[in-house]
Amino acid sequence: MPLIKFLRSTVGLKIIMGLTGAALFAFTVIHMVGNLQIFLGQEALNNYAQMLHASDEVIWGFRLGLGAVAALHILCAVVLTIRNRAARGKESYAEYAAPGASLASRTMAVSGVIVAAFIIFHLLHFTTQTIDPSFKELTEIHKGAERHDVYAMVIKGFSVTWVSVFYIISVALVSFHLSHGIASCFRSMGLTNPAYREVQEWFGLAFAIIIFVGMAAVPAAVLLGLVKL
Amino acid sequence: MSTTSNSMTFNIRIWRQKNAQTPGKLVEYKLDGISPDMSFLEMLDQLNERLYAKGEEPVAFDHDCREGICGMCSLNVNGIPHGPDSQVTICQTHMRIFKDGQTITIEPWRSTAFPVIKDCVVNRSAFDRIIQAGGFVSVNTGGTPDANALPISKEIADLAMDAAACIGCGACVAACKNSSALLFVSAKASQLNLLPQGKAEKDRRVLKMVETMDAEGFGACTNTNSCEAVCPKGIPVTFIAQLNRDYAWAMLKGAAAEPKATVGGA
Repeated sequence: MPLIKFLRSTVGLKIIMGLTGAALFAFTVIHMVGNLQIFLGQEALNNYAQMLHASDEVIWGFRLGLGAVAALHILCAVVLTIRNRAARGKESYAEYAAPGASLASRTMAVSGVIVAAFIIFHLLHFTTQTIDPSFKELTEIHKGAERHDVYAMVIKGFSVTWVSVFYIISVALVSFHLSHGIASCFRSMGLTNPAYREVQEWFGLAFAIIIFVGMAAVPAAVLLGLVKL
Repeated sequence: MSTTSNSMTFNIRIWRQKNAQTPGKLVEYKLDGISPDMSFLEMLDQLNERLYAKGEEPVAFDHDCREGICGMCSLNVNGIPHGPDSQVTICQTHMRIFKDGQTITIEPWRSTAFPVIKDCVVNRSAFDRIIQAGGFVSVNTGGTPDANALPISKEIADLAMDAAACIGCGACVAACKNSSALLFVSAKASQLNLLPQGKAEKDRRVLKMVETMDAEGFGACTNTNSCEAVCPKGIPVTFIAQLNRDYAWAMLKGAAAEPKATVGGA
């Protein structure tokens, strides 16, 4: 069976990692653009949030799809990491310089685990609102109907200093993961050639920085009192 | 010729291992009277002559042409395959790039697929089996074809030549944190895939070589670029992307499926 051969090969698994990584990166960019609407004010952000939640079918389809993509990315990473460790062997080098390899490229498994842990915290914090159940009671009256006040929730959440600091450190790690991951996606999917290589590396680095600035801007702005109720 | 009078002294820490079954260890040797003009392997020859004179077992290490083209020499020097000099094999590295009195750590390639045979000699026949799986073109014997009968653009000819520069030393595997052989496999596949003579067997070649590479226990590519940094021939990692692309196409075309007998066929 060709598909089984594909799923058994290191190259096939890396192609899946590239495809899923690219999808997760695309989601991160959309997420960031959504977040930045907080700077347009309460009305804009809450409208956006209401629009996203307009249809249960759409949002749950999206959530399940995204969850499956993330699960596939993690599953391939686990399988490949086990195989890579076995390939390296029991006897390690007394001296190993890792020539040419960036720190991010050598620690993708570690940064990946931290990013996954952060995402779980983030979902419990703002999506399920388990960490602070009082978020559920934040509502506003819009055009005669009651709706969830996301703007107030974000400000309340990030007014806690340690939470904001934790988010800023976490998004720094997300962008550290992306600083290698974005360019690596292109390579694993086979979309790199000598003409595009440098452009893809700059694109990856640029977006890692953009993601950090865009994501950290929200907790930083709340902490600094630039965005308030 | 003035430099020959400056003799250098080194503290050599080198891997000694009796055979594949016995565990090895790093052993230190003080080595003086080394000329800066000596090659790295000549320095090891000096060490071995002195060990031999003392009645000790000389250090085993792989070498053949000592001109940087055979791919036999395979030493990890101070944590870098083929040592600190870029785009040269260790046999073409000279002692003048090291500091007088420096400690030099010498280890064999480390990878499950490259087991140690003795001291710094590893078994690289896994590479031979990858080549046997697809690193060839099938050619009908007969008269020599006209060299101009198959037009090949300069760009493609140059790219295929870059891939063909691979000497199969295994430094890429040794440098990779995952012991991935993809730089070797992609160079050996691309040198044939890029050219019309190799196109006919392209899909089968790519699939077979990757399958054999995995079966031999090499790891996956995480795009760290270590292989490219140590490759004595400077083969770029873009060949790995090319192989990934060729592999994906071969899979999409269903080239991995078992061939089925067609209607009216044999």
